[in-house]
Amino acid sequence: MADYKMHLLVCGGTGCNASDSEQIRDNLLTEVEKHDLNDEVQVVMTGCFGFCEKGPIVKILPDNTFYVQVKPEDASTIVEEHLIKGRKVERLLYKDPENNEPISDSKHMEFYKKQVRIALRNCGFINPENIDEYIARDGYAALAKCLGERTPQQVIDEIKLSGQRGRGGGGFPTGLKWEITSKSVADQKYVVCNADEGDPGAFMDRSILEGDPHSVIEAMAICGYCTGSTKGLVYIRAEYPLAIQRLKTAIKQAREYGLLGDEIFGTPFSFDITLRYGAGAFVCGEETALIHSMEGLRGEPTFKPPFPSESGYLGKPTTVNNVETLASIPVIINKGAAFFNSIGTAKSKGTKVFALAGKINNVGLIEVPMGTTLREVIFDIGGGIKGGKKFKAVQTGGPSGGCLTNSFLDTPIDYDNLISAGSMMGSGGMIVMDEDDCMVSIAKFYLEFTLDESCGKCTPCRIGNKRLFEILDKITKGLGTEEDLSRLRSLCKVIKDTSLCGLGQTSPNPILSTLDNFYDEYLAHVKEHKCPAGQCKSLVKYTINHDKCTGCTLCFRNCPVGAIAGEKRAPHTIDNSICIKCGVCYDKCKFDAISVS
Amino acid sequence: MDMINLTIDNRPVSVKRGTSVLHAAAQVGIKIPSLCYMKLEDLNIENKPGGCRVCVVEVEGRRNLAPACCTDVAEGMVIQTHSMRAIHARRTVVELILSDHPTDCLKCAKAGNCDLQSMAQHLGIREIHYEGEQSTFREDTSPAIIRELDKCIRCRRCEMMCNEIQSVGALSAINRGFNAVISPAFEMNLDHSVCTYCGQCVAVCPTGALTEVDHTGAVIRALSDPSKTVIVQTAPAVRAALGEEFGDEPGTLVTGKMAAALRRLGFNYVFDTDFAADLTILEEGTELLNRLTAFLGGDKNVKLPMLTSCCPAWVKFFEHQFPDLKDIPSSARSPQQMFGSIAKTYFADKIGVNRKDLVVVSIMPCVAKKYECSREEFSVNGNPDVDFALTTRELAQLINLANIDFKSLPDEDFDHPMGESTGAGVIFGTTGGVIEAAVRTAYEVFTGKKLDRLDYTELRGMEGLRHATIDFNGLPIHIGIAHGLGNARKLLEDIQQGKSHFHAIEIMSCPGGCIGGGGQPYHHGDAEILKKRQMALYREDSGKPIRKSHENPYITKLYEEFLGAPMSEKAHHLLHTEYFDRSKS
Repeated sequence: MADYKMHLLVCGGTGCNASDSEQIRDNLLTEVEKHDLNDEVQVVMTGCFGFCEKGPIVKILPDNTFYVQVKPEDASTIVEEHLIKGRKVERLLYKDPENNEPISDSKHMEFYKKQVRIALRNCGFINPENIDEYIARDGYAALAKCLGERTPQQVIDEIKLSGQRGRGGGGFPTGLKWEITSKSVADQKYVVCNADEGDPGAFMDRSILEGDPHSVIEAMAICGYCTGSTKGLVYIRAEYPLAIQRLKTAIKQAREYGLLGDEIFGTPFSFDITLRYGAGAFVCGEETALIHSMEGLRGEPTFKPPFPSESGYLGKPTTVNNVETLASIPVIINKGAAFFNSIGTAKSKGTKVFALAGKINNVGLIEVPMGTTLREVIFDIGGGIKGGKKFKAVQTGGPSGGCLTNSFLDTPIDYDNLISAGSMMGSGGMIVMDEDDCMVSIAKFYLEFTLDESCGKCTPCRIGNKRLFEILDKITKGLGTEEDLSRLRSLCKVIKDTSLCGLGQTSPNPILSTLDNFYDEYLAHVKEHKCPAGQCKSLVKYTINHDKCTGCTLCFRNCPVGAIAGEKRAPHTIDNSICIKCGVCYDKCKFDAISVS
Repeated sequence: MDMINLTIDNRPVSVKRGTSVLHAAAQVGIKIPSLCYMKLEDLNIENKPGGCRVCVVEVEGRRNLAPACCTDVAEGMVIQTHSMRAIHARRTVVELILSDHPTDCLKCAKAGNCDLQSMAQHLGIREIHYEGEQSTFREDTSPAIIRELDKCIRCRRCEMMCNEIQSVGALSAINRGFNAVISPAFEMNLDHSVCTYCGQCVAVCPTGALTEVDHTGAVIRALSDPSKTVIVQTAPAVRAALGEEFGDEPGTLVTGKMAAALRRLGFNYVFDTDFAADLTILEEGTELLNRLTAFLGGDKNVKLPMLTSCCPAWVKFFEHQFPDLKDIPSSARSPQQMFGSIAKTYFADKIGVNRKDLVVVSIMPCVAKKYECSREEFSVNGNPDVDFALTTRELAQLINLANIDFKSLPDEDFDHPMGESTGAGVIFGTTGGVIEAAVRTAYEVFTGKKLDRLDYTELRGMEGLRHATIDFNGLPIHIGIAHGLGNARKLLEDIQQGKSHFHAIEIMSCPGGCIGGGGQPYHHGDAEILKKRQMALYREDSGKPIRKSHENPYITKLYEEFLGAPMSEKAHHLLHTEYFDRSKS
């Protein structure tokens, strides 16, 4: 990177990619060429910057100018103004939501201020398809250090000391997991990277693999060294084509550099990685199901023990680690366990990546120290609720987690706090809900997801979740009874108590947490047959206020089912037996004459 | 020995490390209910998916309940099998299964034999608190097996039998969640799949999801048609199991009562497949000796080992999976089909009945026999040699329908000529029996000597793969035995790779041989029942006055009057067959 005076970093994450960032890169290249700046300016396609809300993003080094919502046609302006004339393009700068003042450097933005990037350290900084850039930022130094200076047990001890726990959801101590595999005796062992990210709204792992694939490769090699494995497998869902492509490129480059393959760094240690594609089943994120899928069997879990560390892929000891877990490993080795250990809370060390989604201003990918509060994440980093609405709840842990309310906003986020609050860390999805969201519908949404994703092997998950869904559906249609609420709770408990794998054991969490935190809302549905948030269509009634209606006929003309009748310039009425509650009349009315109840 | 001490329901228990909680509890008389779990002791058959969750128990210090079937004991474990929490969960789980199950128990083929029904009774379920949509599937009827998957509880027993034990691979779980079900690939029909109709899926199905095709109605119609002469043959294994349907102890021999019942049902002649088994020995034994002699004489074209061919599921198995070996099995038809062929020629002539007016019914421990008798090559101008094959269970059904009090029946004999058999024919019904019967004859024919002893105990047993060497007057004859198609596969792969040193191999598809057939009374996971049936057959053999097939006087007469000699042209035409490559179909 040293030869260039300037670097234009264009976000190449899936989100920005979908908003034409490749075209932006191409246009920038054309402009750079046009102005004969090839020798001075490098245009780099990086991984995700995290600030997806404001993408596509173009960052300029060395002055750290952070352009947001860039369009392909802005390329010429950026080059002519910023590169040639040295003037920042003000209209492309991020505006502080407080005072509308432009902020040029991302480190001054609220979104980035509280973030500490370990797993995401290289995302948005380097070209993920260029191994040299990874190496320039200490890449493969940790592997070299391990192979050259330390015994496997010393490395394991370092990881144990760092206090790192699995980021996939389980929170099992990483060092201990490695140690168990290392102590299992077998002719062949495996390292598996679990890249089967499946929570709705989660894209942490995808972004790491897209933005910094070498960090995962390096960590897998370190794990192989520690556990005595020579073969690594990445189980990645086929819906992540960009991540797959970058991973493939990275593996190829690592092989060319001798960082994968036989006798790495001239030591007796050999290690190589192959990819296995998943077909997108959520349950394949569960490690035994993942292993069966890799073996070509049906992706469904089996009872543990035996744990994969003792008997995993093809019956051999296998360490299964999540992408984010692996991405932090090189940092722990390079900076030491004490560095990692100093971040976080008593039992949850380091940082955690979250994917912010839902009714939040700054949708995106963030990494914060463990112990950061939900309030800091949602209101400081996330910029609060969209449209100035009221915060209602946040779902952590995806479909396995729970909905947390206002009263938990000051809870420091760590594994144990979230569990005692009735939710869980999960893999890091965080979906924010506002006052307009119906919590019964939210619970139903998650149940629908688990219903689709259950493998169907055990009774409670296969049939129990179906029955939970049916009860919720009944409630959202105004047909539920109070007895249904107690039945719901009772069945939830049995499903948690009896399901075979983590999917079923946690699938009732969204219901239990909403029952705990929003019982009134459930009661309103079953007793008054009302949806307080106005989301349950069956319970909503649209009426036209005759005092306000001018008889403009706009609603009449737009109603898709002919449910509205009335003479011109006379008040109209809605026939509720025909109305499908689409809400078009409500949206179209210019006189605020239509009300929802 | 490494013993583990734990407490189950406040009682101290000491068991071997690696024992499951389910088995540990059973050792102290605590019977934890289980549904999907099944173990056939000594047959290496265990179904342990941990899927039904009925056997959940409370383990002190554990967050959730533990499935007793797949949780191993640990030192100091404290377990409650009947705490409120465990009972509530267990009942809820069964209620959930029932909520997705048709409530047509009154007319279900498995009523009274259904493990789910028993479980609901056992747990005293009187109300289902969770009702909702039921999963529905297309009913699939094949020549032998009906799949009514609305009744499937996803215990995966059939899948385990089909894949792990039989290595057939016709059935596996498909779809996800509520729609998950066990099916051939792409939900194709069973008769388009590689299914062998061995019926082991039916034998282990806890509910009415898998049953045999019911031919009792057709048989009743034939019996009541005055223009038809209806004759019946009964396979050896049936007599050792039929009594169970009427409350007899497993292993009770009911040969005489069975003959009496069949006569009362209105069959014009009550014959025995054992007769045809003796005939099989003459044909197959001669074929073996011919091949052996040619082989010893240096004939490079002759194929050894020779494989038995009595079992229709085994035949279909190698036609699908090992078509390259289809010239290795004996060309002899199965006893059922030899019987049908002789009945509709020799016997029909004898009694002066046109073959079209002669109905041959067989009573078989097997569901694949239904398929076998429908194979085109076993019919003449569209008229099958064997018209209907009923299972042991179907026969019991017929007996009940005819108001026959089975237990009070006198013992009666089979009719002549096709009811006479030897002890060699009887043991066809167990693994190792066919080859033992063959050895008794082959030895005497080959060596010209009389056998000193008839009980070849080295060929008997329940191990899945067995081998023995029999001394044929200085010539060591190597014999292999496999029951269960997965075991057969191993021997076939050895043959393919040129590693097999056997001269003859007996293969039976079902674990235990025909005594464990898919058409037998349900064993409900109790392997002792199979062993008792096996012992019963050996008992019947040792009590027979004639115990060598070639000494059956009616067989001798059949050759004199009709067939000429074993492997004669006529015998070849009527008693032998050819095999087809089904690997592409």
